[in-house]
Amino acid sequence: MIGIGEHVKSTLPPEPEKATLEGKNKFLAFWFFLGGETVLFGSLFAVFLALRSQTLSGPGAEDLFRLPVVFLATIILLTSSMTSVLAIMAMHRNDLRMMQIWFLVTVVLGLAFLGLEVYEFAEYLNEGLGYTTSAFASAFYTLVGFHGAHVLFGVLWISTLLLKSKQKGINVVTAPKYFVASLYWHFVDVVWVFIFTVVYLMGKVG
Amino acid sequence: MSHSLSINKRTGIWDWLTTVDHKKIGIMYLAAAGLFFVIGGIEAFLMRLQLMYPNNDLFVGSTFNQLMTMHGTTMIFFVAMPAIFGFMNAVVPLQIGARDVAFPFLNSLGFWLFFLGGILLNVSWFAGGAPEGGWTAYAPLSSSSLYTGTGLDYYVLGLQISGAGSLMGGINFLVTIINMRAPGMTFMRMPLFTWTSFVISALILFAFPPLTVGLFLMFFDRLFDANFFDPTGGGNVVIWEHLFWIFGHPEVYILVLPAFGIFSEVIPTFSKKRLFGYHSMVFATVLIGFLGFMVWVHHMFTVGLGPLANSIFAVATMAIAVPTGIKIFNWLFTLWGGQIRFTTANIFALGFIPSFVMGGVTGVMLAMAPADFQFQDSYFVVAHFHYVILGGTVFGLFAGLYYWWPKIFGRMLNETLGKWHFWLFFIGFHITFFPQHLLGVWGMPRRVFTYLPNQGLDTGNFISTVGAFFMGAAVIVFLFNVIWTTKRGERAVNDPWDGRSLEWSISSPAPEYNFAQIPQIRGLDAYWVEKMAGNKEMKPSEPLGEIHMPSPSILPLIMSLGLFISSFGFIYHNYYIAGAGLLITFACMFIRSIKDDHGYHIKPDEMSERDRGITA
Ligand code: HEM
Ligand SMILES: [Cu+2]
Repeated sequence: MIGIGEHVKSTLPPEPEKATLEGKNKFLAFWFFLGGETVLFGSLFAVFLALRSQTLSGPGAEDLFRLPVVFLATIILLTSSMTSVLAIMAMHRNDLRMMQIWFLVTVVLGLAFLGLEVYEFAEYLNEGLGYTTSAFASAFYTLVGFHGAHVLFGVLWISTLLLKSKQKGINVVTAPKYFVASLYWHFVDVVWVFIFTVVYLMGKVG
Repeated sequence: MSHSLSINKRTGIWDWLTTVDHKKIGIMYLAAAGLFFVIGGIEAFLMRLQLMYPNNDLFVGSTFNQLMTMHGTTMIFFVAMPAIFGFMNAVVPLQIGARDVAFPFLNSLGFWLFFLGGILLNVSWFAGGAPEGGWTAYAPLSSSSLYTGTGLDYYVLGLQISGAGSLMGGINFLVTIINMRAPGMTFMRMPLFTWTSFVISALILFAFPPLTVGLFLMFFDRLFDANFFDPTGGGNVVIWEHLFWIFGHPEVYILVLPAFGIFSEVIPTFSKKRLFGYHSMVFATVLIGFLGFMVWVHHMFTVGLGPLANSIFAVATMAIAVPTGIKIFNWLFTLWGGQIRFTTANIFALGFIPSFVMGGVTGVMLAMAPADFQFQDSYFVVAHFHYVILGGTVFGLFAGLYYWWPKIFGRMLNETLGKWHFWLFFIGFHITFFPQHLLGVWGMPRRVFTYLPNQGLDTGNFISTVGAFFMGAAVIVFLFNVIWTTKRGERAVNDPWDGRSLEWSISSPAPEYNFAQIPQIRGLDAYWVEKMAGNKEMKPSEPLGEIHMPSPSILPLIMSLGLFISSFGFIYHNYYIAGAGLLITFACMFIRSIKDDHGYHIKPDEMSERDRGITA
């Protein structure tokens, strides 16, 4: 880990992401955006809950879900949340190198999660759960797929930031960008915790 | 990169396509809303022509349904919403003493998304027929491709695109109002129009995502044969109704609250009094915004959710009458004993009060669940919502236009023509819509294209159409006023109405940097406070210096065009085009995120003399 004071440059204010008006605006706007996203996912959850027993003659949650795989995916995503926190802590120390490394780890973990999800969906397709099989199928793939698309977007976003991070460094202009990207990443993780509970656990036991 | 720091003046059409100036974006919103108002108005007029006589065969069946659907959809999403955004853009930053909105780029993106969404919807007329499922697009009629052609795909994607624009606008104004108020402009000193803009921005933030989800699900049902709203696949059509109305009811408050805000500016100005009960007005606004989310089921009384649900939502609905009543009384008390000036803006405000109260009364009637089983889908409902949206929102928009026109365009609208406009519109409005209450009670259903003779419906329908002629004439007078005064109109001074809020303290039209020096606010009705203290201008809160401005950009337009193109790909199941369009949009996002925007600076010697405090 980093030695005491090793990389800390005094030019960076304590909360660089909120040091300028632009930064403050971005920060606040992003919280509002996440508020809207919460309603979006809330609606999708409600639709899923309303349709989850409508499997018709197709397979349902109990026939399909393999908890170990989903559990692994959950661990991976939660770990990536932690690594993105480490990235932001590095940012606050003005340690570009470590920030890049931790964000890179985050991206890799995100990709691993997506890989598992693709594998999982392929399995379900094999077992006869197509998108049009039943209302349950449509609702399941839509909710989980929406989340997957969010993960993908986060991966692309953080990668774009990494791409230019060497050139631009950490300052009051770039700090808000790193910061909101990590906020987004946490949000996506939290949504996954709900999906894990409401879709998978409740599907298996409730 | 020093060149990017000097002013790069753009001119002509290129200036409009790339602008990120909130005042210009405001004008574009208003102009686009005006265009769609004419289109939606023609559609309304054609419907009324068809219904003028029994057994008429001018526009029957599908054609009438298309007119009806497009009229409703256009009026709500592409007239009322953008007009409100137009005023917010034109006025809110000026009222809070800000130089700009929080996200100028996003602001322009929001505009282009709305505009291209509206164009997309209207392209459907020329591409095999417009949507015909009503503005509410109830499933399964709308979700299955068996029932309709491509019209509904245009509806789904047009609304989706423009909805994304509204969401951005909502977030932008929330942040602008929270973070960018001038020193001393506390929340409890904000003008009421800014307050209502703030509340509706929050409503937009929470009401639009359910619509987004609903539209996505409908899109998947239509495109990929999903089963959300298909009962034979286990789907449930009531889900669409819930999602639609969880959005749809707050939407009507999104439309009417800004109008309330406008009246709360216009009435005090033209009564030469401060707004009566300012605090209770703010409280009522917030409360209405909150309750707006609690009542959506009153659109679904007859769905069969049971007496308990119906009772709860009936009571919640009636509760909204209380804060609304508070507002009405506050306006009346503001007028009481005031030195009232009957300008066009003010008579629109005065005409609004009785008209809207009538709409409110029929609203409470509809909120009684058992009674609603009678009123449901009858012309009574048509009368009710036109009394509130036209008598509320549209009157408000016209009042706002006459009031802020000088500030926005630097010219006065002609008052004589304005009065003609008002009287024709006001009388026409009541002639058109009052008989519809009776027609409804006498048994005329909503959304029908004809009726039989001699069943008691002939006279009412005839009168209603005559009223529509008056309203059409009124709009023509207004358009004439706009064109004529743009050429010949009297130039506006900074403060033509002896106004109370900040926007009147700067030139008309406002310079691109709004305030050369951000003012110091010392009370409610900030400008009035200074006038009463004998000052001609606001006290500055900062020394005169360089002003940083964001640079213009064409990216928002290209980004929106990407989605526009992609929509055609989805509608005609050509996934290459769909993908290519999305790619354009994502490429623009990528460019935007890696390219730095340094903006440019305006130096004090580039500002006008008056703004620099050199008064002649
Ligand atoms: C300018 C004068 C107007 C006239 C003459 C007019 C006339 C009509 C007519 C004849 C209908 C069809 C009623 C039915 O059969 O159900 C209708 C529906 C509707 N109008 Fe208007 N209207 C006017 C203005 C407006 C405005 C300003 C708005 C909103 C801002 C509006 C919103 C609607 C809506 C939402 C519907 C329902 C469409 C549907 O059922 O899907 N109208 N109007
Ligand atoms: Cu409602």
